[in-house]
Amino acid sequence: MIRVLTLLLGFQLFGESLARGLSLSVPGPVIGLAGLFCTLLVFPRLAEFMRETVTGFLAHLSLLFVPAGVGIVAHLDTFASYGAGLAVALVGSTVLAILAAVGAFLLVARLTGAGDD
Amino acid sequence: MTEAVALWSYLAQEPLLWLTLTLAAYVIADRLAEALGRHPVANPVLISVILLAVILKVTATPYAIYFEGAQFVHFMLGPATVGLALPLYFNLARVRQSLLPMLAALLAGSLVAILSALGIAWALGVRGQALLSLAPKSATAPVALGVSEAIGGQPTLTAVLVILTGITGAIVATPMLNLLGVTDWRARGFAVGVAAHGIGTAHAFRVHETAGAFSGIGMGLNAVLTAVLAPLVVGLLF
Repeated sequence: MIRVLTLLLGFQLFGESLARGLSLSVPGPVIGLAGLFCTLLVFPRLAEFMRETVTGFLAHLSLLFVPAGVGIVAHLDTFASYGAGLAVALVGSTVLAILAAVGAFLLVARLTGAGDD
Repeated sequence: MTEAVALWSYLAQEPLLWLTLTLAAYVIADRLAEALGRHPVANPVLISVILLAVILKVTATPYAIYFEGAQFVHFMLGPATVGLALPLYFNLARVRQSLLPMLAALLAGSLVAILSALGIAWALGVRGQALLSLAPKSATAPVALGVSEAIGGQPTLTAVLVILTGITGAIVATPMLNLLGVTDWRARGFAVGVAAHGIGTAHAFRVHETAGAFSGIGMGLNAVLTAVLAPLVVGLLF
């Protein structure tokens, strides 16, 4: 578990360094994700080694969002002035984005015959 | 009595208490969601946030003090994002097979998320930093915070908007897509990941494994695309 965590942190560190060093707008963890993915393509055995720990970790992904969510208590004044507008925008745009993505996926899947086997 | 007060004022300043309460709130919320048959509205993040917000309000604890303890959990978002490389890798064959549909869904979903959020909020009178903070809200938290800072939003407000977006997506996706009769788990999962990042992905994994894997991919790709698109869109509009 410690070795897997070290790997994850190492790739994040690599990503952060690259993002800062080259002042990229892509955040460090995403570059780390891409870096780990490319490494897995070269070393497939690494994927098996990391599988169990990472799967267990990702099963509790929801927990990691709680601290940021509680931040709502620090923004109650913003929600008092803009709450209705923000709420409609959040719900409306989330529904529209899901519909747009599902629609585009199914349309192009049909056009290209990329069925699911 | 004074001893209890002294003990409380000591503990309330310590990271240990708020870290423990964050985990405890999540355990209770997860149990509750389980007891309610994983009904979409019984979202564990939503329940945890409500529980903790009430505790902070009742004890008059500032968010900054709470975050001193909760930051250890928050920090793990970074390595978790990196870890999303694994579901992506294990689904490589299916990803290759549906590459074009995924790219189309990614572009459509990402653009619609940014533009419709800004458009609706602007039409309803939201202005300034609050509006800009909304732009990256469909991307996963660590990404959205960085983007928000870069385009002149308030990162902490963006964090809240990101979480609320994720909860919204997790609540509406299943009933809405069932109603529309969408049976392709790849499309369903991918769309939820693009629109509602990690919270949507956590929900998708509970519904169907394929949906979860594709949701993780959608989330990862949209994190990258939002980091590129949101500054462009905001630069063009404002």
